[in-house]
Amino acid sequence: MQFMLLFSRQGKLRLQKWYVPLSDKEKKKITRELVQTVLARKPKMCSFLEWRDLKVVYKRYASLYFCCAIEEQDNELITLEIIHRYVELLDKYFGSVCELDIIFNFEKAYFILDEFLLGGEAQETSKKNVLKAIEQADLLQEPRHEYFNVPVY
Amino acid sequence: MSPSIPLQEMIRAIRSARTQCEERGVIQRECAAIRAQFRQVDNGGARSHNLAKLLYVHMLGYPAHFGQMECVRMIASPRYSEKRVGYLGAMMLLDEKQDASLLITNSIKNDLAHSNQYVQSLALCTLACMGSAEMCRDLAPEIDRLLRASNSYIKKKAALCAVHIVRKVHDLGELFAPAARSLLAEKNHGVLHGAVVLITQLCERNPEALERFRKTVPDLVQIMKGLVISGYSPEHDVAGISDPFLQVRILRLLRILGRHNETASDAMNDLLAQVATNTDSTKTVGNAVLYETVLTVLDIKSESGLRVLAVNILGRFLLNNDRNIRYIAMTSLQRIVGTDHNAVQRHRGTIVDCLKDQDASVNRALELSLALVSASNIRTMMKELAQAASGIFHAAERYAPSQRWHIDTILHVLTTAGGDVRDETVPNLIQLITNTSELHCYTVHKLYRALLTDISQPSLVQVACWCIGEYGDLLLKGECQETEPSQVTEDDALDALETVLQSHMSSPATRGFALTATMKLSTRITENVDRIRSIVSIYGSCMDVELQQRAVEYNALFRKYDHMRYLTSVLYVIGSNEEAVVSISVRCSLQVCDLLDLLGGSEEPLQPSTALGLPNSTSTAGGDLLDLLGGLELTPLAPGLTHAHTHTHTHTHTHTHTHTHTHTHTHTHTHTHTLVETEREPEVKNLTKTKLQTETSSLRIK
Repeated sequence: MQFMLLFSRQGKLRLQKWYVPLSDKEKKKITRELVQTVLARKPKMCSFLEWRDLKVVYKRYASLYFCCAIEEQDNELITLEIIHRYVELLDKYFGSVCELDIIFNFEKAYFILDEFLLGGEAQETSKKNVLKAIEQADLLQEPRHEYFNVPVY
Repeated sequence: MSPSIPLQEMIRAIRSARTQCEERGVIQRECAAIRAQFRQVDNGGARSHNLAKLLYVHMLGYPAHFGQMECVRMIASPRYSEKRVGYLGAMMLLDEKQDASLLITNSIKNDLAHSNQYVQSLALCTLACMGSAEMCRDLAPEIDRLLRASNSYIKKKAALCAVHIVRKVHDLGELFAPAARSLLAEKNHGVLHGAVVLITQLCERNPEALERFRKTVPDLVQIMKGLVISGYSPEHDVAGISDPFLQVRILRLLRILGRHNETASDAMNDLLAQVATNTDSTKTVGNAVLYETVLTVLDIKSESGLRVLAVNILGRFLLNNDRNIRYIAMTSLQRIVGTDHNAVQRHRGTIVDCLKDQDASVNRALELSLALVSASNIRTMMKELAQAASGIFHAAERYAPSQRWHIDTILHVLTTAGGDVRDETVPNLIQLITNTSELHCYTVHKLYRALLTDISQPSLVQVACWCIGEYGDLLLKGECQETEPSQVTEDDALDALETVLQSHMSSPATRGFALTATMKLSTRITENVDRIRSIVSIYGSCMDVELQQRAVEYNALFRKYDHMRYLTSVLYVIGSNEEAVVSISVRCSLQVCDLLDLLGGSEEPLQPSTALGLPNSTSTAGGDLLDLLGGLELTPLAPGLTHAHTHTHTHTHTHTHTHTHTHTHTHTHTHTHTLVETEREPEVKNLTKTKLQTETSSLRIK
């Protein structure tokens, strides 16, 4: 996978994971164009499209579009499964996940993604193991200090 | 200095900003606070929050480069929460193009050897995501060490990290080959998956590695068999398929290993047959495995029986209700139509059937169908293709590699199968041509030339006449980049139209087109207006009643309201009630002119509009007339016309354009063109109200 984008129906970006080195400017351009292209698709169209020299696989879950750019040799159908697996993981973690969860806990969404995919490939095919790892990592987090208690110099 | 607010509060503040300006204000304020906080030595637990806030702001599109050094600092922190956000920041802000990325190499090295596997995991993930070639070279030995001696959790990550390293520095493939081989003996699925991906990468890069890894085919076949035959394994099960992700990767690796090699292909033959027959194809996941199997079978040196099996699976895919599956089938068949021509021919009927569908697979179907045409089947194919013509047009429309290809395809179909093309394709074509403004010149030239050679195909003639009328000015101008330059005089153009008018092959409908086009040319030419006037007046006494009526009304336009002739640019009518509607439209325009007279209306000639093709619905035609006339308040032009109105679906995107082209697929196949100015307002209002609603709807409920 070259990159994954999550965006709302208004085109607001909720998550972007890039597995290829690109400048900020290029990333913005790609995002803008691809979001426009995907949002312009009608509901009955198929989930795959050819865009530039990449294959794009996307699927809409409620108000969020999950969009992956894969390479020529990658399997589109299994990419759909990967997207679905990610949604399942989010769902298990947040408990009936909705877009707001991802907005307000975006860093967690990234952590979960990073436990599922690594370098653009699936690293763990067992749902249970991914969730267990996140759980354990979360336990390592030091408790947050309330901002208002920290003296400001 | 104001205290900064917690992450979630900042997100809330940004979201409640009602304008872009307000949002910018909040963000600027926050960034200033964050910057100040970064300069401080230690803020307790606030550091990770600050960076997280910056990352959020970065995702919204605002600059965040001042956070780069903070990422470097955080990664070096002993606190896990800080490392976690620091590494996340590194992956988001520090791509290999940034100088600061090198600074984290040492931290990564240390963390790769950390006692806590979750810290090791962070380092591995980051390296695999954004590691530059230099960093990869530096850290490759560490990764190799982890590949050999660590727990499964780390091994699986190390394997994928190695994949990234090999992508960046091809030579390092040698380093990882031995470890990769031994990983295949592991039981852990994550590790196996990583190993297979790594071996795939090594084989793709290096033909020598490929040779060596061929020996692993029996092992891979064994693993695969275990997955396919084994009993239910809840941990890896997806809709009855045991670890489809691993299955797909193994199949892909087998493909690479079996290519051009008889022995390897033989060794996997039985397995592939087994997977092909036993995999449940009712869900996407099963089809994903079948798809990969088919690709493998067709790429290796498989037995003919197995190949037929594979093509048949694709044939079944073509009949699947899921359009994704159909699309996959189509692309796959396209790939093999050259080599397995006969096998694909067997599914020709289904393929051509797909042309009637109106989605993404149609474009493929078209190419595939054209590829299947041969001397023996050309007649039947042409008939079948013609029946599916409207599907072709829809496909061409949406998925054309270029506009020009699009227009050429349509012209091609029109000239070869024009007689069989259904009437409603004509409005489709005209809409298409209208929308392709860059190609108007090219199109009108091509159609004009087509008209000169053959006026027997009614659809072609109708579209050509319409174009000549609409874009006559472009035709007469002569230059056109895409075609050879030719001088078309006003007389030439009128000759062509008159030929159509006078030909016994032209239907009344076609003559109507030609007459209207002639009329329209009167506003686009300078010298031959009299000739046009005489043509029109001749038809004033024509036998055909509709034609006569039209001619009479056009005459009236010439006489009474010379400058209003421009209004005919607005009107063209296609459809079943063509004649009636045309005359009503013209009558409308005359009525409007009368009304304008009463109102002491405009003296200046109206500019010829850019094509606003408006078939059938004269109420919208009336509406556009109103637009042209600057929105004068006029009562409905003619009674009982509103029923001709078609309902439209519009797509609006709030931040971008106000213009949308809409498609409606009603029984009469009409198109309307709407301006969406007024729709913007309610959209913005609703956004805040419904935004919360949509954002809280669970992703899983579909």
